[in-house]
Amino acid sequence: MVFKRISILTGHYGSGKTNLAVNFALDLAGQGKPVTLVDLDIVNPYFRSADFRELLESRGVRVIAPHYANTNLDIPALPAEIQSVFHQTDRMVILDVGGDDAGAIALGQFAPQIRQEDYGLFYVVNERRYLTRDVESALEVLREIEACSRLKATALINNTNLGEETTPELVVSSQGFAEEAAHKAGIPLALTAAKRELAVPDAYPVEIYVRTAWA
Amino acid sequence: MGQKFLMKGNEAIAEAAIRNGCMHFFGYPITPQTEVSAYMSKVMPKIGGTFLQAESEIAAINMVLGAASCGVRAMTSSSSPGISLKSEGVSYIAGSDVPCVILNVMRGGPGLGGIQPSQADYWQATKALGHGDFQLIVLAPATVQEIVDLMGTAFDLADQYRMPALILADGMLGQMMEPVEFPEKKEAPAGAKDYATTGTQGKRKPNIINSLYLQAPVLEQTIRDRFARYEQVKQNEVRVEEYACDDAEIITVAYGATARVVKGAVDMARAEGIKAGLIRPITVWPFPTETIAKAAEKARGMLVVEMSMGQMVEDVRLAVNGRCGVSFFGRTGGVVPSPAEVLAEIKKLAGGTN
Repeated sequence: MVFKRISILTGHYGSGKTNLAVNFALDLAGQGKPVTLVDLDIVNPYFRSADFRELLESRGVRVIAPHYANTNLDIPALPAEIQSVFHQTDRMVILDVGGDDAGAIALGQFAPQIRQEDYGLFYVVNERRYLTRDVESALEVLREIEACSRLKATALINNTNLGEETTPELVVSSQGFAEEAAHKAGIPLALTAAKRELAVPDAYPVEIYVRTAWA
Repeated sequence: MGQKFLMKGNEAIAEAAIRNGCMHFFGYPITPQTEVSAYMSKVMPKIGGTFLQAESEIAAINMVLGAASCGVRAMTSSSSPGISLKSEGVSYIAGSDVPCVILNVMRGGPGLGGIQPSQADYWQATKALGHGDFQLIVLAPATVQEIVDLMGTAFDLADQYRMPALILADGMLGQMMEPVEFPEKKEAPAGAKDYATTGTQGKRKPNIINSLYLQAPVLEQTIRDRFARYEQVKQNEVRVEEYACDDAEIITVAYGATARVVKGAVDMARAEGIKAGLIRPITVWPFPTETIAKAAEKARGMLVVEMSMGQMVEDVRLAVNGRCGVSFFGRTGGVVPSPAEVLAEIKKLAGGTN
């Protein structure tokens, strides 16, 4: 199992962190583990893991999220409740961080507490995101995230996809990109995630929870 | 044919603008269009372009006026409350006869409203984005790919008719991620912008970009000349998609991301044996009046669907001019209508006019 007690998902925005976070939390809960999902995204008010609170809670996942889109303020504040994840050490924690260095700023304030544990900081990449379409640009975003969060990435997750147009071949062909990025960053490639229906060999199968209004 | 990438609507707008020769962007962040600024801030410095986060929306639009006066392709973007702030500058740009592209990723209003998708700025975009007699070319894409395809059109039309073009999107379109493919990179046409303030080199009289005319007859003539150009736009630049309209008895009319919800409802209606169709204005100014008037000859009824309390419906009623009934269904304040809701409205109409 690649997850540590505290598993942090970071990456370029739109790399698929939120969908992965929801999948990971539900999978851990499905294995009977007590798990808390923290939505640390203070950048994007659309498509957040807190949108899936009902589903997550019905399957036993505790959700901690900033009060944001439901308030009159455009400025989100992180709830003090987040501190509880550092004290309830019998619970697994998934931290869904906002995109890019801007999103990682919110993570930085917890860096001293996170560093006291054997944490996993996963850098999620999608080769088909335009601004991280080559290894160098993907690593540049990683360096920015590390600088802002004051934490080091421990592993890479390959989440290459083209939304509804994703094919098994597309995922397989991104493997080289992901391996090279991981190698150059000096961290292991933890897993490659792909939509369950695609049945990509050796891939971590995920459900798509983030959907469009007309689907 | 290039490789496909997964892009947010807002990113696609930014990249498509750059690919169409826009090297000068002036903006101010606001949800749900901030990714446009964020993208420009990352890319422009790498390619020798200008990204400038202004001190306010009012400053940003006036920087666009300045850049456009120099003959370059310039752009600004915002969301509803920010667009209201820009309206003074938009009027000045229209009154100065210089081209530019403005993006509005609409959110709920009035006031600060909300941050969820809306189409409640239709009147503002098509009737009065500022004071005075003037129009903007208003393009309303429905998919991320269409955004990419229309950005070039927006810049080209703005240049051709020397007027601002507005891309009217909504939060759904700005935030959604879809696979897109970029057409080959196109250089901005090097056409003579003989009005531009690029320096005289001592060879001609200085160009002056101005919107102030203190002689009433001169101002009237300037406006009449401008409106003659608007007539050309109306004649030549209407863009509209008709979907399943050939034998349709119930015609829906919707634009932007809402049109995708409605298209889903039309398919559901067809599956139930109701002859439904969709007219999707791609330009909301100039408005596809003729297409709608023609469709009204054969239709039993029309249904306009918008994310507002009903704004475009007035243009549809003017086009239909009593030839058939026009009803309206809308959700507002950031609520997106569902295909099922729209289907129920189509059924009401299909049953009610039997």
